[in-house]
Amino acid sequence: MNQQSGTSGLIFNEPLLWDKSCKGRCAMSLPRQDVDRAELDESLTGDAPELPQLSELDVARHYTRLSQWNFGVDSGMYPLGSCTMKYNPKTNEVQAARQGFAGAHPLVGDEFSQGALKLVFNLEQYLAAITGFDAVTLQPAAGAHGELAGMLIIYAYHAKSGKQRSKIIIPDTAHGTNPASASLCGYESINIQSGENGILEPEAVAAVMDEDTAGIMVTNPNTLGLFESNIKEIADIVHSKGGLVYGDGANMNAIMGVVKPGELGIDVLHLNLHKTFSTPHGGGGPGAGPVAVVKSLEPFLPIPRVVKNLDSYKFVTDYPDTIGRLHTFYGHFGVLIKAYSYILSMGAKGLSDASKLAVLNANYVKESLKGTLNLPYDLPCMHECVFNDEFQKKDHITTMDMAKRLLDYGFHPPTIYFPLVVEGAFMVEPTETESKEDIDQFINAVKAIAKEARENPEKLKKAPLLTKVTRLDEVAAARKPCLRG
Amino acid sequence: MRYLPHTKEDIEDMLKVTGQSSLEDLFNCIPDNLKTKKSMDIPQSLSEWELNVHMEELASSNIACKEYKCFIGAGSYDHYIPAIIPYLISRSEFMTAYTPYQPEVSQGTLQGIYEFQTMVTELLGMDVATASHYDCGTALAEAALIALRKNRKANKIAVSSLVHPSHRQIIHTYINPAGYEIIEIPYTKDGLTDVGALEDMDDIAGIAVQSPNFFGNIEDLKAFKDMADTKKILLIASFTEALAFGLLKNPGSFGADLVAGEGQSLGISKSFGGPGLGLLAGTKQQMRNLPGRFIGKTSDTNGDEGFVLTLATREQHIRREKASSNICSNNGLNAMTAAIYLATVGKIGIREIAQQNHDKAVYLKISLENSSFESAFDVPFFNEFVLKAPAGFEQKRASLVNDKCTFAGMNLEPFYPELKQHYLFCATETLSKEDIDQLAKEVQ
Repeated sequence: MNQQSGTSGLIFNEPLLWDKSCKGRCAMSLPRQDVDRAELDESLTGDAPELPQLSELDVARHYTRLSQWNFGVDSGMYPLGSCTMKYNPKTNEVQAARQGFAGAHPLVGDEFSQGALKLVFNLEQYLAAITGFDAVTLQPAAGAHGELAGMLIIYAYHAKSGKQRSKIIIPDTAHGTNPASASLCGYESINIQSGENGILEPEAVAAVMDEDTAGIMVTNPNTLGLFESNIKEIADIVHSKGGLVYGDGANMNAIMGVVKPGELGIDVLHLNLHKTFSTPHGGGGPGAGPVAVVKSLEPFLPIPRVVKNLDSYKFVTDYPDTIGRLHTFYGHFGVLIKAYSYILSMGAKGLSDASKLAVLNANYVKESLKGTLNLPYDLPCMHECVFNDEFQKKDHITTMDMAKRLLDYGFHPPTIYFPLVVEGAFMVEPTETESKEDIDQFINAVKAIAKEARENPEKLKKAPLLTKVTRLDEVAAARKPCLRG
Repeated sequence: MRYLPHTKEDIEDMLKVTGQSSLEDLFNCIPDNLKTKKSMDIPQSLSEWELNVHMEELASSNIACKEYKCFIGAGSYDHYIPAIIPYLISRSEFMTAYTPYQPEVSQGTLQGIYEFQTMVTELLGMDVATASHYDCGTALAEAALIALRKNRKANKIAVSSLVHPSHRQIIHTYINPAGYEIIEIPYTKDGLTDVGALEDMDDIAGIAVQSPNFFGNIEDLKAFKDMADTKKILLIASFTEALAFGLLKNPGSFGADLVAGEGQSLGISKSFGGPGLGLLAGTKQQMRNLPGRFIGKTSDTNGDEGFVLTLATREQHIRREKASSNICSNNGLNAMTAAIYLATVGKIGIREIAQQNHDKAVYLKISLENSSFESAFDVPFFNEFVLKAPAGFEQKRASLVNDKCTFAGMNLEPFYPELKQHYLFCATETLSKEDIDQLAKEVQ
């Protein structure tokens, strides 16, 4: 297994769809017309949209070639920090494609949807058990949507108590979506800095927490991959002033079976099923962002909710304090099926092992590369570790150059330039599904690149060299946007 | 566990490097009092084969496991999905990739979504379309926010009472905390939004109208555009049935400023209502106000054409609290699915399928009217319409599900209490003449 996985190969060109179009072709088997044509008034009809005209093979080749220009988890190691690019089990896809699920219309009535409702109900229970909360909604369609739900719940809680608040505390190690979610509720973000060791200090929270502050948004483990060990003290400070603690559970993959956020003083938490619970990212969604809450916040959860009565399940909308509806139907059910399959395949022990091995893999990368790349916070990490390009600066090599060169070695680069608290961040999250051999190859590639940085920096500046396109002009793309062909 | 590759030896070797003596020691940085004492109360793990049994048991307790006849739409539509679509979209290079942050190894996603944006603008007659949103309801809520934020004086948005009921609820959820309000525009006895009612509405930042509306009727968007122009506010058009624009004039041709729609009809399975596909498009003037991702064309250092994520300065990871929205991941894979669908049906196919939807709906309406149903509204519709049912239909409808696996319309009364005994029917290309004749016979 010493052979380098990245290599140049035959890469096909493929034109844009409409450049392949030929008038008169159609790749769809058109259903037989068995009733009379019903003509609409001409004033209502338009010309048929100018869609490409292709044969079925044209379509098959087009998308097969496009797919070959993409890198996915199935292509190779994808250590994108904060994104948890673990293996997406194939059986999950089989389960979601079952006719009884995929063919289900959302409005046929509870009586005819018992399987779907039972799955939703069970998954809510399992996620509550994993996180240590009392109630869960699966409705939010993505992590950021879950964050919005969480913020709306905090907003509704304060509204109900009679006095709305105007601010929310957000540490510098928070996810980028946190301030945007808070501002949708009209909360002003109060940014605070983590302490010297990358961990939030209770004093920093106490200094800004007051009775006009709705609460705090904490990511734990944080985006430096460190566990916020003062979380309980921080929660106490926030609670003592009547605030609530929002937990961003994007990094839950580090702590399953070890820590239950619901036991730490966190009041509301969102999860990303497309991170911790193995549903595919799909090139940017669809994901799912369930929200878990403590008992006192349950009345505020979005509607509809699924309720079990003896052995039957139904949707209930009658919750006067609810934040309302967040999705047209009940969220990304197709994604929920995959997470449910994953949890049942893993069991409690499997999930707990996954977290342990995720943390082992990250610490192994950290220890193996800390002489090669600078490690700003040299502490035991959780599921990810954050380096930067400090050592390479003397050769004028940046994190970007190293990331691009990794592509030539056959790896997807880590997350770069995030979190913002580390300048030139290079954030590695291997996940538990990568084997020692694959991680060793990655480590060797980074070491080889660091060597190239010293010996042949020009090569890195030009990287990637083996990909279909080289570095793209993003400035020109933004200056003169061309968003359609 | 087959997803976890570590052997006992691997773990020992790796722990030597990390300096711990056991996996548990890796968590020493977490204070003991914060660690849980309780195990996770979830069922024991299932083998792949046990999982198959369990999942089929669940799936088969949904009626959808049988071949059923679907005469309901209301935001989720039964359309044929050619085999090539699930086949191609299952390619794991599409499915297991992340957001295309590294364009050099993401050209597949990027070109595919660029083509998607292009075909959506063509379908809707708009200048720009985003790389997708969660669903129509959330896209419409974002569009409402754009109108409200742009207008410094008004804090209300006028929303047609014939916008999908769930979508109106979502708008309320999104805009309420910021102090904005919805004013509902009533509907006329023709089952159309009452444009005249807008004349007296003050302090509104925009008008949101769905066409075809929730009753299936085709709205006169031109009249709403004229009203919006008079008031110098934005017109937001929405829709739940994307295939309508294979036949109907698109919202862009009436001058809509923003369009929010549902793309589930474009090759995406119903899946109990999600994930669907939120479509969001606008005029050039609205480009920088639209939330979510855009793919743009550019060139690489060799001058070769390529695609990148662009206009990121509007987005949450750069603008943080000043971002136009908090949206991060969208429904990318479903956008790609819709693109494959649009490429598959093409110009000829989309026209024919749209026309067939209309043909079948008209045939269904006539057939039911001949079976003692009454027409509720006498205006043009696409593939959905409202009928007043004869007495006793509700019981008949329940027995049709159990006996014939047929879903004969949706009761409108829970959404519109004044419409007692009124049902919303839908017909698509998946229903044959025989299916329709059969239903008409059953309900006679």
